[in-house]
Amino acid sequence: MWLSNMLAHDFIRNAFIAGTGIALASGLTGYFLVLRGQVFSSDALGHVAFAGALAALVFGFDARLGLFAFTIAAAVGLGLVGARGRADDVVIGGFFAWVLGLGALFLTLYTTSNSAANGTKGINTLFGSIFGLSHPEAVAAAWIGAVVSVAVVVMARPLLFASLDQAVAAARGVHVQAISLVFLVLVGITTAEATGAVGALLVLGLLAAPAGAAHRLTSRPFRAMWFSAAFAILSVWLGLVLAYAAPRLPPSFTILTVASLIYLIAATIGRVSRRWENNLPV
Amino acid sequence: MFDSLNQIFTYHFMVNAFRAGTIVAIAAGIIGWFMVLRRQSFGGHTLAVVAFPGAAAATLLGVSATFGFFAFSISAALIIAIASKRGGQPGAALSEESAVIGTVQAFALAAGFLFVSLYHGALNGVNSLLFGSFLGINDSQVVTLLIVGLISLAALAVMGRPLLFAATDPDVALARRVPVRMLSVAFLVLLGLAAAEVSQITGALLAFALLVLPPATAQLLTPNPVLSITLAVAIGLAVTWLSLIVAFYSPYPLGFFITTFAFAGYLLALIWRRSARRRYVAQ
Repeated sequence: MWLSNMLAHDFIRNAFIAGTGIALASGLTGYFLVLRGQVFSSDALGHVAFAGALAALVFGFDARLGLFAFTIAAAVGLGLVGARGRADDVVIGGFFAWVLGLGALFLTLYTTSNSAANGTKGINTLFGSIFGLSHPEAVAAAWIGAVVSVAVVVMARPLLFASLDQAVAAARGVHVQAISLVFLVLVGITTAEATGAVGALLVLGLLAAPAGAAHRLTSRPFRAMWFSAAFAILSVWLGLVLAYAAPRLPPSFTILTVASLIYLIAATIGRVSRRWENNLPV
Repeated sequence: MFDSLNQIFTYHFMVNAFRAGTIVAIAAGIIGWFMVLRRQSFGGHTLAVVAFPGAAAATLLGVSATFGFFAFSISAALIIAIASKRGGQPGAALSEESAVIGTVQAFALAAGFLFVSLYHGALNGVNSLLFGSFLGINDSQVVTLLIVGLISLAALAVMGRPLLFAATDPDVALARRVPVRMLSVAFLVLLGLAAAEVSQITGALLAFALLVLPPATAQLLTPNPVLSITLAVAIGLAVTWLSLIVAFYSPYPLGFFITTFAFAGYLLALIWRRSARRRYVAQ
């Protein structure tokens, strides 16, 4: 009864449509990000998304154009730098610190050149506004999420191979560099799409927490991948219900809280069961 | 030129900004140098970002923001240290640690957003918490920055040598009974303190630039540790002072100038290093 009341609202339905697609894509890509030790790169992409959205707004374009253009370009850049030896975390960090500085500049330019009414745009880009999505936006987000997810599932096997043992995979004819590049671009698309829902700064949580939880629970790759997707979807669904039940709590916060709790529970279970298997005191 | 510089120092808030900037640049240069050496950029960035919920929570509770900065950064440092210690098999340690750090960072930012939205009417304050403001630094804040900076540098002076040892060769250090595990926890706490200090000047999102870029530039220029640390501090100071002067005369945010000057220095060092290597190979 209460649930059907909730789902009668258009903005809630849109949030569920968009959120499910985004969560599926984040859960699947997140699994590989954690496996490959590239969580920091995805953090960088989130910050690039913020700068991109504001740059587009300053120059009078649609924010989404800036989002996708900047994140995909940055993903290709990271992929190319990574191709010559692993992308150094100092290089990534230094570059995206500067990109954030640019974001701060664009934010100032945007808020000073427009009326104060638009001041919330910057905040929304950073922290998301999943309850503010229109129906076409939500459907687009769901489609993009679905396409990214299918792409990840299709390339899952060679990607896994390339992530676990790059040298052997290359010897067996896997195009390691091409696969890494395509994967980073998929992460960039996920980041850009998720920015509208949970915000450029919080995408990282949807990518890292469900995947981290899955890695703690099982070491079987494909099972962990689907666990990660399920945890991400669960975080978004529970988070939306919580935010609806407690209107003072922003949905981005409830989603991230559920995701972090899942990680905490999974880490505890993983630890206890590992001790159990090794016959150690729990 | 000197007249206009003197003009800056007739404003008390600019004097305080220079004092605070100097303290912060020195602490960030030295502690950041070890951070870069230990490849903990992601951790450093996260500890800096945590300053945002810290300050927002302090505002909500009505206590001093400075207290919130330090309390949250130190707690986050301890959480990361404990969680990554429990990370299972040795091989998986690195990626599991990054998942922990990512989760902590995103949750901290979400919590900060919650605090800000619970505290009505402070939405404009978000931008200064995230991207910094150097206009409102008061005398007592400068004193706090100085005391915390001195304490953390004193702690680093005590553990600097074993820390350098543990960072360059952890296995040998462990065999020589260097308490590697305890050192890394202690260092994370120091990094948290430094990150909280920088955040108060540059804002939570940009603090990272001062922690990573000057030390990374210095490490490109020379392999000698003492020279390199000195250089990191010098670059940090130059970047901060120059940025404060430029920001004073321009309508744009301080953080933009700090990140841009620091990144430009890093790029120059990269190019210099490349050409030096090419010359060496040519000989």
